[in-house]
Amino acid sequence: MNIPDGLYYTIDHEWAKIENGKVRMGITDYAQHELGDIVFVDLKSKGTKVDKGDSVGTIESVKAVSEVYAPLTGSITEANPDLETSPELVNQDCYGKGWMVIIAVTSTEEISGLMDAAAYKEYLAKEAK
Amino acid sequence: MSFLPTSPEDLKDLLSVIGIEDVEQLFSAIPKEARHKGPLKVEGPLDELTLRRRFQVIPLRVVFLGGGVYHHFIPAVVDSTASRQEFLTAYTPYQPEISQGTLQAMFEFQSMMAALTGMDASNASMYDGATALAEAAIMATRIKDIKRIVISRSTNPVYRFVLKTYFRNNHEVELVEVPFDPTTGKVNAGALEKLVDGSVAFFLQQPNYFGVIEDMGRVSRIAAKAGFWGVVVGEAASLGLLQPPGSFGCDVVVGEAQSFGNPANAGGPLLGFFCTKKEHIRRIPGRIVGLTRDSAGNRAFCLTLSTREQHIRREKATSNICTNEGLCALRATIYLSALGPRGLRDVAVQCAAGTRTLMSALEKKGIKPVFTGEVFNEFVIPMDTDTLKNLQGSGIACGIPIGPNYPEMKDAVLLTMTEMNTNEDIRCLTELL
Amino acid sequence: MSDGTAVRSFPVIIEPLLAELSGEGKNGIAVPSPFDAALCNGISAHTRMPELPELSEVETVRHFTRLSRLNFGIETGMYPLGSCTMKYNPKVSEEIARTIAAVHPGDETGRASVLEWLVSLKGILEEICGMDECCLWPAAGAHGELTGMLVIKQAIMKKKERRTKVLIPDTAHGTNPASCSIAGFVTVNIPSGPDGFLRAADLKDHLDKDVAALMITNPNTLGIFEQEILEIARVLHENGSYLYMDGANLNAVMGIVRPGDIGVDCMHINLHKTFGSPHGGGGPGSGPVLVKKDLAPFLPVPRIERNGSGHLVLQDDFPDSIGMIHSTYGNVAVLLKAYVFCLSLGPQGLKEASIRACLNANYLKSRLSTLFDLPYTTPTMHEFVLSDKKQKSSGVTTIDMAKALMEYGFHPPTVYFPLVVQGSIMIEPTESEPMSELKRFVGAMEDIAKKAAAAPDDLRTSPRGMPVKRVDEVWAARNLILTWKDLNPSE
Repeated sequence: MNIPDGLYYTIDHEWAKIENGKVRMGITDYAQHELGDIVFVDLKSKGTKVDKGDSVGTIESVKAVSEVYAPLTGSITEANPDLETSPELVNQDCYGKGWMVIIAVTSTEEISGLMDAAAYKEYLAKEAK
Repeated sequence: MSFLPTSPEDLKDLLSVIGIEDVEQLFSAIPKEARHKGPLKVEGPLDELTLRRRFQVIPLRVVFLGGGVYHHFIPAVVDSTASRQEFLTAYTPYQPEISQGTLQAMFEFQSMMAALTGMDASNASMYDGATALAEAAIMATRIKDIKRIVISRSTNPVYRFVLKTYFRNNHEVELVEVPFDPTTGKVNAGALEKLVDGSVAFFLQQPNYFGVIEDMGRVSRIAAKAGFWGVVVGEAASLGLLQPPGSFGCDVVVGEAQSFGNPANAGGPLLGFFCTKKEHIRRIPGRIVGLTRDSAGNRAFCLTLSTREQHIRREKATSNICTNEGLCALRATIYLSALGPRGLRDVAVQCAAGTRTLMSALEKKGIKPVFTGEVFNEFVIPMDTDTLKNLQGSGIACGIPIGPNYPEMKDAVLLTMTEMNTNEDIRCLTELL
Repeated sequence: MSDGTAVRSFPVIIEPLLAELSGEGKNGIAVPSPFDAALCNGISAHTRMPELPELSEVETVRHFTRLSRLNFGIETGMYPLGSCTMKYNPKVSEEIARTIAAVHPGDETGRASVLEWLVSLKGILEEICGMDECCLWPAAGAHGELTGMLVIKQAIMKKKERRTKVLIPDTAHGTNPASCSIAGFVTVNIPSGPDGFLRAADLKDHLDKDVAALMITNPNTLGIFEQEILEIARVLHENGSYLYMDGANLNAVMGIVRPGDIGVDCMHINLHKTFGSPHGGGGPGSGPVLVKKDLAPFLPVPRIERNGSGHLVLQDDFPDSIGMIHSTYGNVAVLLKAYVFCLSLGPQGLKEASIRACLNANYLKSRLSTLFDLPYTTPTMHEFVLSDKKQKSSGVTTIDMAKALMEYGFHPPTVYFPLVVQGSIMIEPTESEPMSELKRFVGAMEDIAKKAAAAPDDLRTSPRGMPVKRVDEVWAARNLILTWKDLNPSE
């Protein structure tokens, strides 16, 4: 299970990366593995305001649909256009080319509520039991 | 005992393996108060011959009936092929490896319905035209911010009633009817223009309930201003002659395809269909078959876009539909294949020509159609209920009285002609008038 | 195209599409042409011919015959699909249903006998279910559910109450919450107890004045009878809520338990399940709704009534009705088949059908529960659930075993449902299966269990000896080719 350092993680298996005052996010390796082959990604559009915990879109495999939640409050500045034609990027490179949205956050206070790589690893271990 | 293959020997075997002495022990977990005492008070058992003798029915021989269900010529190949047990008794094709027959046939149904309606895609059927319309309206409200559903009053009354039932608990959306022109029978364009804007989902039937062919060029220019609009087809045979509704830019074409290879059957099963523009494909109800490959790379078919459906999305599904009208869709596919483009065109031409023959014959008797609009295979004439009853007594069903649903046309009937009618039928009718 | 190049050619095409068999100028079947086609000159017709393939009659017949041979039907072998009741479809029902083919619903003369039969059928269904009134018009089970929930909503509104919630157990079929949503309710999931049935105590925790109804299936989708149902019904009614029953599993209880006697207020049944009407590859079905008399005023219109002269007529004038839910009178031919089925069996036969359905299922459970994980030891009726727990350690899952069963000449059971069991395998043989077929099924499952331990790869790549191997549902979803036009976009 790939859990890179330098990223923040949520209990719903999203990752967040702070980049120039904005937050790039996607779903973790654990999440993409659980979902199986991704066939469709539907993301909210640029300009959409989201609170922490609001949906930024849905991700579909053949047999299941999952909501993807905003790890922090802000507004969406960009949604990954490649995922429309190549949803499998989420399976192949979930932390890189498979990113989902970029959020311009209103404050960085909420980061304290997220897990770091070590804490997420521990969380996954507990979940497995 | 009918259909129960277990012999007394088998019974012993079953009981011993299960480890019980009496079948009653199978129901030990059921509280005694819940158990039904005594036999069911129902008739039977009856043997096959008794059953055959009991079920006799004699339909009227001369009928000019339509209004949503139509008598059409069904070639022998449809019954013989569709009744093959592998099609008839098969389950929904959730396991594609042993359902390629059903799946490919449904893919072919989708392809032909999309082509005939001029749309990008189709689902694998709905219950009937009325529920297809209701589901299209629901879909519109989920795609756009719809405040009003506008429907032409010249749409089949029962379709409008079913739509009303489906929306009875939705207080955010208003149902509005746009009137028809009492001279032509077409939708009142002026009134429509006033009603349509981006918060409206608009539907009209083509040809409409009165058989009148709507001016689609004019309607589509107005409808383009709506947030969402769709065409409802009641008589699918019209698709053999008129311009495909999809060529006018509507979001959906839905309706009734019973005319394709399915008998009237006293009312059902029917065959709803649902065709759409590509952009809406993820929002439509019902099953959809897609083309794919198997693990050896060979071509195959399977159900797809299932995440819209109830078994995955549950309360968030695009619809609750599960069982649809699969075998009826198969019959339509075989029918369309057997007839081909020229055959379907001939059916439509005969329907229209027959109607004009009947109209001329009636005009010679001084009976003129109520509407001036050009018709396909149905038209409205004035006729009082006594005359209608007398004709029925003489073995002729001279149309459907429309007064009950159009009070301003108290003594009027809707007459329908198809290629199943004959010149003799016309003669029988005119002789009595 | 998402996975590299657009794969438009395939090494093997088992049966071409109609569009691929089409040839210009081929003659289809001649249409009766009594009228003068020239009368259409001047009609605002479309100049282009309808866009359809051109085939000869023999090619049409061959094409669909070959397609049929790629299918599996009940007459091919057992279809142990849990909660689908894939029983034998009597041929006499098919023959008799054909008698109404030429009857138009508007033909009052022809229709008269049909209405008499429908009234008799209503009586039979009401008796079997222990209910007071029946509406035959819903075209499928889900359609019946929607109708039933709309009836309940109407009843609540008539009492000037406002109840927005419907409680649904976690074992429910997906159509249950979907139907509630369309009817305008919010659904609340309630967990089944550890023994697989609902506890009245758990229900009480969720009950408040906002609860309109509880929707159950009995026996539930684990095949387990809801043994606390009498107490459940009592507390619901005390709370002013209704008890709705999904009748999909009625095959377990005919003549044994009548839903109306255990407190059910409103229910639907599935004629294409319990009453032997063929599934047709996905329909047509029929889902009549049955209610207790206090809900009867809200049932759909039209209703069949006897007029002054003793004739049956269709009436619309019922002000409390929810309105129409279908454009005619439902799937009449399917209703007729169910009627013939009931008459063929009679009171003894109907009860015996349920008894044998339970016997056959318990036989299979006894023989299979040693090899496969049985998540619940609670007694079951006409169906039961196993899981892939024992086989998972060798990397074999439920889907692998399901695909392997095809090679033994069986349709797989229901898989991955109900959701409360991981890797669920729901098996319902029905009463139609002879001992020989049950034993053959056990033999196949025993073989699969052996293979799971000794040769798991065989199972993971199954089916292997069939014309079509494991179908790629991911490719289908990523490429979305939904018509033959999509296949050749240039045309």
